[in-house]
Order: sequence, then C-alpha cells, then structure tokens
Amino acid sequence: MALELYLDLFSQPCRSVYIFAKKNNISFDFKKLSLLDGQQYGEDFGKISLIRKVPALRDGDFCLAESVAIMLYLAEKFKTPDFWYPADLRQRARVNEYLSWQHTAIRMHGSKIFWLRVRSPSLICVGAVRLVMSYRHHVLAVLEYPFLSAWRDRVQEAVGKELFDEAHQYILGAQESVKSMDSSKMQVYKPKILRLFM
Amino acid sequence: MFLPDVVSEKSISGPCRAKCSIQYSKEFGDISIVRKVPVMKDGGFILTESTAILEYLTQKYSGSVADHWFPADLQQRARVNEYFSWQHMNLRAHCSKVFLLRVRVPIVMDAEIPKETMDFALENVKQSLNLLEEKFLQSKPFILGDKISVADVVAVVEIIQPIGTGFDGFEGRPKLIAWRDRVKKELGEKLFEEAHEALMKSSNMPQKLKNSSSFAQLKPILQKLFR
Repeated sequence: MALELYLDLFSQPCRSVYIFAKKNNISFDFKKLSLLDGQQYGEDFGKISLIRKVPALRDGDFCLAESVAIMLYLAEKFKTPDFWYPADLRQRARVNEYLSWQHTAIRMHGSKIFWLRVRSPSLICVGAVRLVMSYRHHVLAVLEYPFLSAWRDRVQEAVGKELFDEAHQYILGAQESVKSMDSSKMQVYKPKILRLFM
Repeated sequence: MFLPDVVSEKSISGPCRAKCSIQYSKEFGDISIVRKVPVMKDGGFILTESTAILEYLTQKYSGSVADHWFPADLQQRARVNEYFSWQHMNLRAHCSKVFLLRVRVPIVMDAEIPKETMDFALENVKQSLNLLEEKFLQSKPFILGDKISVADVVAVVEIIQPIGTGFDGFEGRPKLIAWRDRVKKELGEKLFEEAHEALMKSSNMPQKLKNSSSFAQLKPILQKLFR
C-alpha cells in the first residue's frame, strides 16, 4: 500500500507536509479531506486519526497525526538531505526549538486572524460580535516587516515557485471562497470559534 | 538550567527602573529574548523550549540515557514527536489555563472569572484528558508501550499543574491514576515529590503574588498576556 497523506491545503500544517513531501520527491497518495464539509468527523477518518485533525499519515498499518511528527518521520524514513533536519546536535536543537515555539506563537495567532477575517463573520452570533471586533485592532500586516518578506522570498526560491504557488492557491483565494460558502455547514465550528475567543 | 520562580523575592536590577522578577530582568533577557523557562545553557549554547531541551539532552548523553526515554526506532520516535506536538495546544494549554484562571488572572486583572469562561476551560481539559486516555495511552502501561518515555513525563506534569488550585484531573479516571502511579514509580517517589514541591503550595500563590515587592512592575506585563 502506498503512503497516504490526508490533507486539506486550506490548513497551514497540511501545506508544510505537502511542500516537504513534494520537494523531496516522496511518493504519496493525496487523500483530500475537506474541513469545510466536516469530513474530519467521518467514521472512516476516525480510524486514521482519533484526534480528527489534518494532516494525517497512513504508512501501512502505521497512522500518525501532527504535521511536525509527520515531517520528521518522512525526513528520517526517506533520508532527505541533511539540511532539512540536521543530524548535528545543536542544529537539530535549533529546529526543534522553533518547531516547539511556533505552536503557541505564529501558528496560533495566524490561525486566529484567519478565523476572524475569513470564517467568523458568517458563523458567530450577534452576542460575540463585540468581542470579535476588539481583536481587529491587533491584526498586523506581516508583509510590513521587510526582513520577513526577504526571508519568505528566499524560502519560496528554495522550495521552487511552482510548488509554493500550487500549495497556496486555495488559501490565497479564501476570502473569495467564503462568499459562496454554505454557512449551515460551518455551524459545527461555532463552539470552537466561541472557545477561541473566550 | 534556568528554572526561576516567577513570584520569587529574589530579583535582579533591570530595565524597569526598579527591581523586577527574574525573567523580566536585563540579565535574563541577554540569555533568552523569549523570557520563558526552562532555558538551558551548555557552554556557549543557549536553548529554550522544554521539548527541544529534552531531545538535546537525550541525544548528547545517549551513551548513558537509556533508549526507551527517546527511542531511536522510527515509529516509536514518531509517537514521541506526535505527543510533543499535540500537547502544546491541548493538554498543556488547557491545564495551564485552569491553573492561571484560578491563581493568577483574578489578581492580575482585578476581576472575578466568569462562570462561562471557567466552564469552557474545564470542558477543554476534559476533552484533552479523554484523548490522552483513548488515543495516546489506550490499554498500554505508558504512552509508547511497555516502557516510560519523555512523553509520559511531559504529560504527567501538566495534569498535576492545577491540582494545588483544587482541580484534580485524575479524579474519576482510574486508568490515568494507574498510569500516574506507574510513572511515579519509574521516576522514584522522592524525585517526583521534589519536582512538585513548590507547585503544591500554589494555593497561597494569589496572596504571595499580591504581596510580592515586584507585583506593581509585573502587573502591566501580565495583564497584556491575559488580555
């Protein structure tokens, strides 16, 4: 059985895994999972991952969740070039340090901004609007940081523009896609939204 | 290893124009710009993030640290990484929130915690504990199987965090209690108690925080975190 990756490219950690696997020519079955349609709550996906999040990996009998764990598993199994996850003690520690820190830093805040700007207006009840509006004052434009822009350009070049753009095409159209979204399908996310901002 | 107590009376003169608690001092900022603990300093090499430090130590001292703590086997190691990754925004985040809501937030924000907020926090802990039991432990003695690993240590300390505040996540969960007791036995009761001694006194932490000489300087910094 081929290695399977369960992905929805709206999701940041899915894009990381997708880009890493493709860049390293790791062959996999792309199992598209639509978070918008709540497919992560289906019975079949529950057998792959009880955590019910994407990305998820199935390699024979072995199922694995969490993008960081998946990428490190792929790096080790397919012996990707050392620079991706160096064997050197201190270099590896630096990667681990960033991978740990980002969960409750950029990843968490970026996700909140995404939910606020794109998803929440069609989901939240009137009572929560005031709470949501107070968050808007803290939204930052990342691209106003020239150092980060230059770094992003270097990453894009190293990965390859075509692969980079392919991975991001859905998310960059998110604000448009929400207009045609069936908001009744998104009600399942209402408790999560309320918990995010409580 | 830097493991200072946030509410300690030990302080270092810093940029606050008065004495501040250690993690906001200039000296600590020179060591770690992130200003969190734990921090490791190994010669000229400084490292933050507990999971990164744990892996660094097991790799550096691989000659004397038994393999089961952080196995070299591909799938077993993936399981540790999977737990490490998941716990940040789940068990760790949820147990920490209950702890902070009970001993820090009311004092810092000068406000009672709304019942709905606490109920949400407790529901999140419950869901995380359910996943710990159903997905990570299942019917195994430890997260990876027959032997203890760093994943078990990282997990158990989070559930213990809010116990001193009156919330016991083990209550009503015999599987978790049995696992905790196995972890305690493997680590040794003396070491386990020693590591948790300061935390078990956290019921008086609100008062200790309020009476701390650095509270006036700490308050605006902490308010930003809790907003």
